[in-house]
Amino acid sequence: MRARVGVGAASAVLALITLAALAPGLLTGGPPDQADALAALEGPSAAHWFGTDANGRDVFTRVVYGAAPSLLAGLGATALAVTVGTALGLLAALGGRVLDEVVMRLVEVVLALPTLLLALLVITVTGPGTVNVILAIALYTAPSYARLVRAQTMVIRRAGYVEAATSLGLSQGRIILRHVLPNAFEPLLVLATIEVGIALVAAASLSYLGLGPQPPAPEWGAMLSGGRDYFSVAWWIAIFPGVAITLTVLSITVVGRHLQRRIS
Amino acid sequence: MSVPVVEVADLHVSFGPVAAVRGVSLAVHPGECVALVGESGSGKSVTARTLLGLTGEQAEVSATRLRIEGLDASGFSERQWRSVRGRRIGFVLQDALVSLDSLRPVGKEIAETLRLHRAVPRDAVRGRVLELLTEVGVPEPERRARQYPHELSGGLRQRALIASAIACHPRLLIADEPTTALDVTVQAQILRLLGERKRAGTALLLISHDLAVVAELADRILVMKDGVVVESGPAQRVLREPEHPYTRGLLAAIPTAAAKGARLSDPAAPPLRRAPAGEVVIEARDLARSFRGHRAVDGVSFELRAGETLGIVGESGSGKTTTARLVLGLLAPDRGSVAIDGQPWAGLTPRRRRELRRHIQVVYQDPLSSFDPRFTVRRILAEALDVGGRPRGEAVRLLEQVGLDAGVLDRRPLRLSGGQRQRVAIARALAPRPRVIVCDEPVSALDVSIQAQVLDLLAELQAELGVAYLFISHHLGVVQHVSDRVLVMKDGRVVESGDVHQVLTAPTAAYTRELLAAVPQLDTTASLVRRAS
Repeated sequence: MRARVGVGAASAVLALITLAALAPGLLTGGPPDQADALAALEGPSAAHWFGTDANGRDVFTRVVYGAAPSLLAGLGATALAVTVGTALGLLAALGGRVLDEVVMRLVEVVLALPTLLLALLVITVTGPGTVNVILAIALYTAPSYARLVRAQTMVIRRAGYVEAATSLGLSQGRIILRHVLPNAFEPLLVLATIEVGIALVAAASLSYLGLGPQPPAPEWGAMLSGGRDYFSVAWWIAIFPGVAITLTVLSITVVGRHLQRRIS
Repeated sequence: MSVPVVEVADLHVSFGPVAAVRGVSLAVHPGECVALVGESGSGKSVTARTLLGLTGEQAEVSATRLRIEGLDASGFSERQWRSVRGRRIGFVLQDALVSLDSLRPVGKEIAETLRLHRAVPRDAVRGRVLELLTEVGVPEPERRARQYPHELSGGLRQRALIASAIACHPRLLIADEPTTALDVTVQAQILRLLGERKRAGTALLLISHDLAVVAELADRILVMKDGVVVESGPAQRVLREPEHPYTRGLLAAIPTAAAKGARLSDPAAPPLRRAPAGEVVIEARDLARSFRGHRAVDGVSFELRAGETLGIVGESGSGKTTTARLVLGLLAPDRGSVAIDGQPWAGLTPRRRRELRRHIQVVYQDPLSSFDPRFTVRRILAEALDVGGRPRGEAVRLLEQVGLDAGVLDRRPLRLSGGQRQRVAIARALAPRPRVIVCDEPVSALDVSIQAQVLDLLAELQAELGVAYLFISHHLGVVQHVSDRVLVMKDGRVVESGDVHQVLTAPTAAYTRELLAAVPQLDTTASLVRRAS
């Protein structure tokens, strides 16, 4: 019963954040970068629910508009990592011993590097921006998907139903497409729903370091960073984007685990 | 008469709205064996678990009387139950690989029971473990005690489990399907071991779906169906003059030589007329295959003709399944050749191989694992019909052929019963119109009455379609019932082959005789003689 309330609340939060990402105009009035120097650093009030920042911009509006780039980074990085990881995993599992060795050693090298360092390296080379943040995060999350897909594929390849399909006379390619891949994919989707949250935090961290979308674009990690210097006088500038990140990740995790239980 | 070790009257157990046991009464006296016989879902295991306080929190248990060694157990706390389990009542389960802790040597497992109940002084535990292993017939007990469950054979694992169950000299031993996963010769050894415990004065509650197995040991038999005891009485009376139609059906469903040609699920129906054997569809010549130096199959040759059934009998590790995989072209032989319809597997292009596969299909022991879990019955059959170049709409006709209706089309295999699953597997095998179907232990996972229906179905399909079967089983009775000819395999070699009647009634090889002697007999006079000797 308690679990159901939790899942319900998490789904509601996710729905709200998705709405903010798709149609921010429905939730708030003005544009996110409308500055009002006279109303700078005001605390939460009826006019400004989450207060205003040093430039007098409405924090609530910016949090709402920040949903899109923040979610995009998390989802984009995960989607890219799943695609690349699946391809690598299949290649390793089905491509013969040499290919397996090469792919898996590469995967281990990437996994051995400290994640943040790797991301910093990528962005140093490619320059800051949302797309590059996505690339950086996908690069270091893809290896774990590759491992999972490889392990799943190797198990499924020996499953009774694959042998049954072989004795029926189906071709190898058809068996992989119809039986191996879909069955390997199910646990992958569960992992991915949970990892979206982690990717989202990673993207916010990179933005916090100034490597993501550049100001004045509203993005939760960057807003957190902007509020850092005012924390003692205007806590709301940093707290509300922080709460948005936490709530989103928490909701994604709760819903992801719920899906995991439903599937297994 | 002595005080019963365990006594229960009017037992009811329900899980929510499901009444699993309804009004069961039984008593087991010292030195007596009572057998609970029934099929899956009959409530026999739940009844046994109640006697150990193991029904779980969701269960609602009520009984007018529940006494263990004269003590009223109806109000036992969990702590009191713990003192009963292992010390007063020992429990032996079906699959020792699951029941034994896989991360501990078996010696430690047995020692734990002794320590828990302080059965012997601490410094004597080790000696007692070795004593127990010797008692249950484990050779080299010192070495075996240090081994892990996966390092032991099925028979040794089951012995270790029994050793741990009798460690504290319980007055009652409950054995739930103790031999179901075992080969027939190993089964005979385990039954003999349980018989020894009985003669030593231990009360025995034996649970099984197989009347033939309990015939060896039981003094009294209770037949359960849907949570109710439908018949009970002295073993000989129940086996020889069954009163309840359900018991009679169970007995008739047991495949034996006498029932050959008859329909097991409906003894009154006229026997099937068999078509004469046709041309050769499988020709296997001098097959050999090794795995890491171990010869799994060595010099196996045979022929199978259209409309005919060739049985392959042998125990686990005899090379039956490897032979099947060689015949199916899923494995390449080190030596020898297999030809399907005159076409050898060797030297075919992948495309020609795939085309040839249509002619030889397979039905596995565990149908569930042979279906893609995401597929519905409709998709499973569609895939097979596509291969055979038949329209997908014929799925309904296929289902009718195997005795199912279109209602199952949109269900996934997980939502089907064991018998229904095996019928779908047979329908899938029939879809490409094969010449041969390899049946690898197709009824071993099924209850006796479902087994009878599936065997009847296979016989009907053969009479109708003229399909040939390569029928693999460890169950001699089943092979005897379905086969025209038989190969007896041991350690990868064929030790005897020929007409099924000839081989199984007048065997020439010592191993065949050994196998036959180990088969539990329903004929109670034979069992009685054996029990006396």
